Amino acid sequence: MYLGRDGPNLRAMTELAPPPTRLQLFLAFTEIGLLGFGGAAALARSVIVERNRWMAEHDYAEILAVGQVLPGPNVGNTSVMVGRRFHGLAGALAASGGFYALPLVLLTGILLLYDRFGDSPGAEGFMRGIAAAAAGMVIGTALKMGWKLKPPPEAIVIGLLATLAAAWLRLPLPVIVLLLGPIAMWAAFRRLGR
Amino acid sequence: MSGVVLSLFLTFATLSLLAVGGANAIVPEMHRQLVEVHGWLDSATFGQVYALSQAAPGPNILVAAALGWVIAGGLGMAAAMVGIVTPAWILAWWVAGISERLAGRPWLRAVRGGLVPVAIGLILASGLIMAETAAVEWVGLGLAAAATIFAWRTEFSLLWALASGGVVGLVLL
Repeated sequence: MYLGRDGPNLRAMTELAPPPTRLQLFLAFTEIGLLGFGGAAALARSVIVERNRWMAEHDYAEILAVGQVLPGPNVGNTSVMVGRRFHGLAGALAASGGFYALPLVLLTGILLLYDRFGDSPGAEGFMRGIAAAAAGMVIGTALKMGWKLKPPPEAIVIGLLATLAAAWLRLPLPVIVLLLGPIAMWAAFRRLGR
Repeated sequence: MSGVVLSLFLTFATLSLLAVGGANAIVPEMHRQLVEVHGWLDSATFGQVYALSQAAPGPNILVAAALGWVIAGGLGMAAAMVGIVTPAWILAWWVAGISERLAGRPWLRAVRGGLVPVAIGLILASGLIMAETAAVEWVGLGLAAAATIFAWRTEFSLLWALASGGVVGLVLL
């Protein structure tokens, strides 16, 4: 079942916790969806890899990478794939249901409040503080993932090129994936062959 | 009414498969469809609803649900949400199945492994883009820098960083 079974993380595999139940998947993705604040990928990694040890760092990174190039929210796609891996259709529904359900309820509440009260100045400062912290949280998580996976030099260059292309040149994501993807895959293929 | 609901569903279902990289990729097209093509709401309302759903907890894609709500109430929200989620959901399910079946093939491991550095680079970029709008003054910059180090160098729950950011923002921003 584990896709990275013959990968370089045999040691990490032995440290994994038992697979999650459907309810645990639902609750974990509820937390991720509710508290992600635009940084759901960061929070998902900390819940799945660090706290619960359901997946190895490399396994999670690969699933997130596929989830990112598919249409739809990265972590929404990740929830489908992680859920499916552990419990098939029921798992995929539990994980993605958790991801969307409670935020949807809260959003409805916020829309109702917004109709009535508009926005107050105190709420604005609070939201701006959270937004700044969320930005740092996402940057820190990218650095941590890069750090822990110990990428070879060419992978670091490819990763930084992707950052430049998205943050500075503002290229659309499909263009970045089409430009860098083949080079990155070729480099990964050559490494595997050694 | 039911015509609008069905039309909302179809509009968002089409947008779903274009949302590579998440909701932000389709905001311009959403604006074009809802405001210019269908005339369901004006541009200012679109902007307010977008900002509101960005500030709300949860994935950015919920902007579709919020727009559906404003256009056609509860049914509109359900139609927009089901429309924006379902096609991408099915695609993710299908791709997960294929990659489980082909697991262990060297070329597939190269494809997936090769995407990892690109994905991490893109996460870094989205953090930088978020910081560009969120960390404009010294307080925001300091908060973002502190949260970066917190997430990178510690193993504590990231919720502490978000909660502290909110409290500092409430007092200083």
